[in-house]
Amino acid sequence: MATFFENREIVVPGQLLAEGRYRSSFGTYVSADDEVFSALVGLAELRGNTVRVVPLHGVYIPREGDRVIGTINFVAGNNWKVDIGGPYGASLHANNALRKPYDDDISKYYDVGDVIAAEVATYDRTTGPYLSMKGRGLRKLKGGTIVEVSPAKIPRVIGRKGSMINMIKGKLDIQAMVGQNGRIWIRGGDLDSLQIAKKAFKMVADQSHTKNLTDRVAQMIDEELAKMHQNDETEETEESSAPEDGEETEDEEEMEEVNE
Amino acid sequence: MSPGEEKPDYLINPEGLRLDGRRPDEMRPLELKVGDVIRNADGSASIKQGNTYIVAAVYGPRELHPRHLALPDRAYLRCNYRMTTFSVPDRKRPAPSRREREISMVIRNALEPALFLEEFPEAVIDVYIYVLQADGGTRCASINAASLALADAGVPMRSLVPSIAVGKADDTLLVDLGDMEDKYGGGDVPMAIIPHTESITLLQQDGSFTREELLEAMRMGINACKVLHERQKDAIKRAYVREAGEDDDEYEDDLEADLGEAAIPGED
Repeated sequence: MATFFENREIVVPGQLLAEGRYRSSFGTYVSADDEVFSALVGLAELRGNTVRVVPLHGVYIPREGDRVIGTINFVAGNNWKVDIGGPYGASLHANNALRKPYDDDISKYYDVGDVIAAEVATYDRTTGPYLSMKGRGLRKLKGGTIVEVSPAKIPRVIGRKGSMINMIKGKLDIQAMVGQNGRIWIRGGDLDSLQIAKKAFKMVADQSHTKNLTDRVAQMIDEELAKMHQNDETEETEESSAPEDGEETEDEEEMEEVNE
Repeated sequence: MSPGEEKPDYLINPEGLRLDGRRPDEMRPLELKVGDVIRNADGSASIKQGNTYIVAAVYGPRELHPRHLALPDRAYLRCNYRMTTFSVPDRKRPAPSRREREISMVIRNALEPALFLEEFPEAVIDVYIYVLQADGGTRCASINAASLALADAGVPMRSLVPSIAVGKADDTLLVDLGDMEDKYGGGDVPMAIIPHTESITLLQQDGSFTREELLEAMRMGINACKVLHERQKDAIKRAYVREAGEDDDEYEDDLEADLGEAAIPGED
């Protein structure tokens, strides 16, 4: 029984992490003699007696229950084919998205090119992922724009209990939705705030394993906002104090619309 | 042979040193770079081994086209080894040669056992390897670079795969042959291993070796591979520590979130 790494150390594939009765979790594998090896480049973590490696790169691997943001690729009978990134296309059955009775031609609800927020209902390696849109906040995302980051960085984009994403949303007065598949949908504010938001997300992705990131991102946003206000001093400076409640009610409305 | 190139009088001089001044068991200077070599790729790496210069890029796992090649139980590893036309003294013809196709296959076979391909059925992992400058040992250098690029792309793998050739000139065994030694020496044995288990994933032979010579060559090769493996690990760690900056020894305390366990905030 021994471990051979410091917590949060960068490990490489094939590196021996632990020996003896340790449980192997994500990003690791066990050899015949109970040795746990890393399978990825990432940060090694020990929790209880479970060893795992938090990846630093990688494609999106669906997991049941994941919230994802996808683009409709194809309408097939009463299925939608959805691109959610990663190696597999997902499908969404109308029964899992619409309230019955729904029209035979389901393209009038969501059509090719539409962006949706959905949940991975089932996934195993032999069947592709199946999505569901029954759930709070799962709906068609109208307008807005999408920023893509590596799926491995998404937890960092969210931050502890949403600290990072809420900070960015609050400071820039935008709406945002994060999908586990590495896509971040943002809308609202003015063009400049969206630009700053994009820059903030890229910054999080680039510096995802450094400390005090939330503070530094906040500082960067403040600087950018200050610059923006300098540039158009003629305009009033109260843009950023729009009420936040507005966004919530609006979204509720949209959800209703979808469910009908 | 290119114009101006002549067979050297000896490959090992009376002092026992090679053409470039190396000792028989000495490798060429090695320079590895991981990540940010090709930005559009999911993972990339480059290797300079003596004058051999190779870049490797990995895409995927992604959806496989054409669809009929898909394997129901694992990902299809597609290796594409190409020599650029300017990589050799006489311009190489641009069309893919028999040799390139064979080396592509050899590289795929060498890498496949190290990858968890069964995690991605029906998908494809594309590995593109471009030889920018060839000076011997390109297939081994390609395997080194490709395995780094695969790790950079986040493909789950059992191990990195170091690879090296051991050859023979004037009845002396030499590690990591250069171009001249390859052309005028008495043969070579390229090999690739999985270091932890010492399983061999590539072993070829060109020229004739006695039984004892071959065993000794493999022993030297495995040692050299282990040295190389340390350099590979180093290169990856360096790449990510650089990315992490000076603060990499301490992390923000949002551990929960970092482990992917945070709920995704909707807009509530």
